[in-house]
Amino acid sequence: MYKNPLSFQLKAEDFLPATDEEKQSLIVMRDSVSFWRDSLRRLVKNKVAMVSLFVIVVIMFFSFVVPSFYPYSYEQQQKGAENLRPMTYSQAEQERIANGEKVTPHFLGTDKLGRDYAVRIMVGSRISMTVGLVAAVIILVIGALYGSIAAFFGGWVDIIMMRIVDIIYTIPDVLLIVLISIALKGPLADLSSKAAMGWVGIVGPNLISIFIVFALLYWVGMARIVRSQVLVLRESEYVTAARALGAGNGRIIRKHLLTNCIGTLIVTTTLQIPSSIFTESYLSFLGLGVAAPLPSLGSLASTAINGMNTYPYLLIAPAVLISLIILSFNLFGDGLRDAFDPKLKK
Amino acid sequence: MAKYICKRLFMAVLTVFVVATLTFFLMNAVPGGPYEAEKSISPQAKAALEAKFGLDKPLFTQYVTYLKNILHGDFGPSLKQRGRNVIDIILTKFPVSAKIGIISVMVSLLVGVPVGCIAAVNRGKVSDSAIIVIATVGIAVPSFVVCSLSMYFFGVKLRWLPTVGLTTWKHYIMPVFSLSFYPTTYIVRLMRSSMLDVLGQDYMRTAKAKGVSRAVSLFKHALRNAVLPVVTYLGPMMAYTLTGSFIIEKVFTIPGLGGEFVSSITNRDYMMIMGTTIFLATLMVAINFLVDIVYKFIDPRINLK
Repeated sequence: MYKNPLSFQLKAEDFLPATDEEKQSLIVMRDSVSFWRDSLRRLVKNKVAMVSLFVIVVIMFFSFVVPSFYPYSYEQQQKGAENLRPMTYSQAEQERIANGEKVTPHFLGTDKLGRDYAVRIMVGSRISMTVGLVAAVIILVIGALYGSIAAFFGGWVDIIMMRIVDIIYTIPDVLLIVLISIALKGPLADLSSKAAMGWVGIVGPNLISIFIVFALLYWVGMARIVRSQVLVLRESEYVTAARALGAGNGRIIRKHLLTNCIGTLIVTTTLQIPSSIFTESYLSFLGLGVAAPLPSLGSLASTAINGMNTYPYLLIAPAVLISLIILSFNLFGDGLRDAFDPKLKK
Repeated sequence: MAKYICKRLFMAVLTVFVVATLTFFLMNAVPGGPYEAEKSISPQAKAALEAKFGLDKPLFTQYVTYLKNILHGDFGPSLKQRGRNVIDIILTKFPVSAKIGIISVMVSLLVGVPVGCIAAVNRGKVSDSAIIVIATVGIAVPSFVVCSLSMYFFGVKLRWLPTVGLTTWKHYIMPVFSLSFYPTTYIVRLMRSSMLDVLGQDYMRTAKAKGVSRAVSLFKHALRNAVLPVVTYLGPMMAYTLTGSFIIEKVFTIPGLGGEFVSSITNRDYMMIMGTTIFLATLMVAINFLVDIVYKFIDPRINLK
């Protein structure tokens, strides 16, 4: 049929209602991606972050789960098994093997008191992990509340609260930790002799004073970050809307302001963990960390220095492990930051 | 500017005052007081000692006296090193620590800044990736790991370097290396990211369009602007170097203030602990104050609040 270029060439069937099949193609098929799903997707794609998460999980398994069924305990001293090289057995153990018994080898040998070093390392990293996680929670709670209150109320409240932060920020933290742990040693020792307070003695006054100092000093960084976020968020329309609907200050801070800077909170908390571990190992190395029988990676390294000529593995094992822990937390925190930072979103 | 300096100075003095107060009351909260640790001490001798050092007076009077004495540079006598004043010990030991500290800061700057720039200029190449990997790993290694492992490998295994004391230049290598390791890796990362930031600025393109040579554009336009964040890191770096010296001096048995401080903690020499804490805190606050002022001078774009 001849096609006239000037004709509209209208056909009747073009004006029929669309079939269901045709309608389907117009519906947006992709589900809306929530904030969490989106961030998680980016996190999973980040290979470095996933590898470090895997390392963290493995270390956590070894430090929290394995010691509970490990045949040796961290304080158990075995006579005749002092200063064993890795994978060697003491006289008594060799006899037991000859009798057909199964003896778990000392994977990292034993120390000079005959304690299995592998389990001491595991318990030591448990201490480091606990310090990191507990400190992070303390810092998160105090810092987030302080920062959001300062920013939310503004004016004089903000100025005074932030001046306090400025002062705390310039106080040298290590010096204060040393002072507080010396000052608290006596009172906490008294406390641990009381009934139902025995855990104080086990954890050790030094470790508790480390937590107290974290609670007193380390939240300032978090408070500053949260404040700057909340300063922006409190001007947003939904806060005005919530206020118009009669929401109180507490509810607005909890439900609207803090939940909206949750990405920042998670990232800052995660990056706080390695720096707390760093401080704890530093103090333990100086002999200001956990109490005597309880090992910490810092104190293990510090004791191993004296015998490093003969038993270098006693030094290298905790030294490498603490670096590995800090490195994985750093890299995982970086990965989280990339995943939660909307500025990097394409 | 004058107003800003006054404000910062006031904050600095306030911080030192807070630290001195905290130190005094924390040390006095130690049960039994400073002389409790002495075993063979009769009640009479104890009372005489307390009268001599004014410990029988009310706490607040003691506090005022202590603050007054500090202002006169008198930190009291050392409790363990008979006949020596705390300030004398500090003044004889501190130069040793300061020497190592200053050398370490210099090394960190002289290595960190160029290496960071090299990484930024060669962005995406093998040298850049290698530098990033080393810096990322380096930032995770605590100073005690660096110093004990370097002591093991270079001092004990290879026997290249002496491990104890501080007499020849060879003795300085390992302590300085251990102390500057972390700041160096930090500066490398800082320098790289700020250099990348500057290289992407419009004025760099303008400079190139004008026909400025690559060397001039890098050194004159880029480096000057990129080095600013490093200046802000100077304060924390000094603080790190001071506290890091506790570990370094303990491990390498260097007769400095850090090692002295650690041993005064184990000996429970309270006067020494108080004196050193206040001295070091004042030093850190003063350094931070100076760095802030210097920063305002070299970067006029920062608005003076």
